[in-house]
Amino acid sequence: MKTTRSDLIWGLVFGILFGFFLQKGGVTQYDVIIGQLLLEDFTVIKVMLSAVVTGMVGIHLMKRLGWVRINPKAGSWGQNAVGGLIFGLGFALLGYCPGTVAGAVGNGYLDAAIGGLAGILLGSGLLAVVYPRLSGGILTKGGYGDLTLPQLLKVNEWVVIVPLCLLIVLVLYLLP
Amino acid sequence: MNWLTSPRWSPYAVGIAIGVLSWFTLLISQKPLGCSTTFARTAGMIEKMIRGDKVLLRPYYQKTKPVIDWQWMLVVGMVIGSFIATVLSGSFSLQWVPARWATAFGDAAIPRLLVAVLGGALLGFGARWADGCTSGHGISGTMQLAVSGWISAIFFFIGGIIMASILYGWLA
Repeated sequence: MKTTRSDLIWGLVFGILFGFFLQKGGVTQYDVIIGQLLLEDFTVIKVMLSAVVTGMVGIHLMKRLGWVRINPKAGSWGQNAVGGLIFGLGFALLGYCPGTVAGAVGNGYLDAAIGGLAGILLGSGLLAVVYPRLSGGILTKGGYGDLTLPQLLKVNEWVVIVPLCLLIVLVLYLLP
Repeated sequence: MNWLTSPRWSPYAVGIAIGVLSWFTLLISQKPLGCSTTFARTAGMIEKMIRGDKVLLRPYYQKTKPVIDWQWMLVVGMVIGSFIATVLSGSFSLQWVPARWATAFGDAAIPRLLVAVLGGALLGFGARWADGCTSGHGISGTMQLAVSGWISAIFFFIGGIIMASILYGWLA
């Protein structure tokens, strides 16, 4: 799909809002993210789960109305579990993720702007170099394609969405 | 307009705002929120500047072209948006070492920067291995009910909790 000038402008506008919200949530700060990973401060999980509940209901309603298409990413255990674990180790060492590091740069945090950006670019470039050796091997181990939870459970998507949203709201209520 | 200048909002309010934002990115741009592909594209642009067009032959860059796209502008916007938020609340300041790190490991910039580079490298490598990050899998994938999103998100936190415990539990 060709990228138009209006795509780029919308990307910038949505990014400004996303960065603004992340900063107001406090999740562009190292201390808040490390506090979450040490299970002392649950701000990150509160932001993420509130976003997921709100987003989930909205995008599936819009899909039902035929307004949007949802394209879940394909994956595999080798890709998502192993890659996720590597990501997690880096997440705690850096103290920012690829989105919040951008917010941290806007905050004036130089560990993010200099160390973080350099590291992420290095790691992303390295993966591109070794990719041909992974793509036919571990990245396809235990593949499940673009499976969704309702497909996995063989039920209507609202049978998953309604209980899942209630569960997430309960978790949010119980979190300190 | 106190909310514009307030340094912190309720995490639930911020989450709901990001959730609503995700409706509009899908509706207007047909794109879910995500960030880490941008770093792969940028790494490709930098390698192309150094080594020339043969970089484009890498299978990874055939699939993920080193070009400026919607998400690339999203990430640029995030720097600007966060900057605006921090200026409005009067909390902008240049800082080398975060407070929590300084308490545990001292306020020297070099050790913090070295660990940030190492952490960033694992983060970038892992994000591209998993094909997504805390936004693309952790928020967008999970709300789409994608199995790939839920598994990734769970393992992001497993890895993060393990490394944070090593760092602050044993090494600090």
